[in-house]
Amino acid sequence: MALRVSDLTVHYRTLRGAVKALDGVTFEVGDGEILGLAGESGSGKSTLGKSLIRMDGRMRHVGGTVELDGKELPIGDDGAMNRFRYKEVSLIPQYAMSALNPTRKIGKMVADLLDSHGVRYKSVEEELGRRLDLVELPAEVLGKYPIELSGGMKQRMVMVISTLLDPSLLIADEVTSALDVSTQKAVATTLAGFRNRGFVKSMIFITHDISLTHQIADTIMVMYAGKLAEKAPADTVVRAPRHPYTKALINSLPEVGVQYAERKLAGIPGSPPSLLNPPAGCRFRDRCPLAFDKCGEQPPAVEVAPGHLVACCKA
Amino acid sequence: MLSLHSISKDYRTGAFGGATMTAVRDVSFDVGVGEVVSLIGESGSGKSTIGRMILRLASVTRGKVTFDGADISAYRGPALKEYYRDVQGVFQDPFSCYNPVFRADRVFAMIKEEYFPRVPREEWAEKIEAAVEAVRLNPGEVLGKYPHQLSGGQLQRLLIARALLLDIKLLVADEITSMLDASTRIDVLNLLADLKARGLGVLFITHDLSLGNYVSERTIVLRRGSIVEMGPTNLVFGNPLHPYTIKLLDSVPRLHEKWDVDAERPAEPAWAVEPLVEAEPGHFVAGYAA
Repeated sequence: MALRVSDLTVHYRTLRGAVKALDGVTFEVGDGEILGLAGESGSGKSTLGKSLIRMDGRMRHVGGTVELDGKELPIGDDGAMNRFRYKEVSLIPQYAMSALNPTRKIGKMVADLLDSHGVRYKSVEEELGRRLDLVELPAEVLGKYPIELSGGMKQRMVMVISTLLDPSLLIADEVTSALDVSTQKAVATTLAGFRNRGFVKSMIFITHDISLTHQIADTIMVMYAGKLAEKAPADTVVRAPRHPYTKALINSLPEVGVQYAERKLAGIPGSPPSLLNPPAGCRFRDRCPLAFDKCGEQPPAVEVAPGHLVACCKA
Repeated sequence: MLSLHSISKDYRTGAFGGATMTAVRDVSFDVGVGEVVSLIGESGSGKSTIGRMILRLASVTRGKVTFDGADISAYRGPALKEYYRDVQGVFQDPFSCYNPVFRADRVFAMIKEEYFPRVPREEWAEKIEAAVEAVRLNPGEVLGKYPHQLSGGQLQRLLIARALLLDIKLLVADEITSMLDASTRIDVLNLLADLKARGLGVLFITHDLSLGNYVSERTIVLRRGSIVEMGPTNLVFGNPLHPYTIKLLDSVPRLHEKWDVDAERPAEPAWAVEPLVEAEPGHFVAGYAA
């Protein structure tokens, strides 16, 4: 197992108390696996992604452990995590346009970055050239400023930089949500290609778009209000979901070919609970059509089929 | 109802405004009463510029926009105000359309001051309730709340309710669902489709092909400011003829179908300004040769 997360709990500190953004999440990502992390706003998907690489000032590690390749990651200790960042765990930020330093030539910026992680630029220069080739960027971009590149080129440049040291785990947080459909496809397939070539061992692909994640992920994990709702092989989540939330979510997605006049889709009434003081029991209870008395207790994630976890007592 | 007669928009660029950039080039189409037309394009295709020109937020460089036969560029002062009684816009980010210091329903008060100063307070309250119910919201739940207490979907629907108060004929909906979650997005789309039963015409501007496909009867695909394909939605999506439309449709992630990752990616078709040709009844394709 490349990554093993057990009972991870992360809270946000606010003036009114702790926001329980991530509440006891347990899962594993295998070697060479792409895990698609799907969920709506406030589901805790980005909090999970951030916890694995760098917690911001308001986040507090309350409990649980993260193990990468058998070593425990000190995720609550900002300084100790530095040894792992970029080399073992790397991140592709959402806005590639603003991820590059505008005042430095790209090659110089890469050298600075490598230097700060104790790697000599010369030792990876050749590999960098090969990878630029792979994403169809000319080697000249290293002598240019970010402003001279188009949005798609910057996105590819950032992807190459993030994976340059062959990290064990790559976190891609909403990398495609600001892109046009055709660029989106190119970026997503490039990421899958990086995994196939072994540049990254495993990947967490965070997005709100299930139909996109289904294209490249091996496994999809659906989160709701800080908890795991369902985790299963990608096809199973799309074709035979078991959790009522996943079912409703899949049914609310318009597809090319579905028209209002022929098949009217329905949304999910209501909104997710506040995570400041979340209600006891299943957090989807208030919006769930199947809810009954037993939903007052938190349902554990049960393995209903090999590799298929569902946190619902009705499933 | 609304007609665009080969409109173009040039922007001045360069340090002294010496160069021009054509954002929209010779676009013509119309939107009828009770019709939902989707305008689909990637970033830089000029789709929002067209919406802004219809709303008079940007000037038209060449060509003209007519509404019920009258040229809208001539409207000044009171006439322009009357135009906004018929045509309203709703935009992408509902969170930035509200002042967080005041209650969300303050957006309705401005409509009253400007357009209905003489309507008695009780009657106005009833009108607001009717409009809020028309957008499938429970008035008791949303009225009197502050913006942070409401979800994006609720805020977006309040803005549509605000437009409905005026009894508008045309709504320009520019990317109105792109900030919303999947489970609430569909309610806003269903609402748009239901409103056409009231005779409301909608220009639905989006980059998301599946959303455009879901709500509209007619689809217009834009590329770099000009129309590449236009026609009834089932023809454009069912039988796309322009290479650009084909490529776009190929890139859309679908739920029940996986991309063939190893397949040769179709190259970006070359770009040229080509005249629209009628390929089949009502289905226009740029530079089509049978």
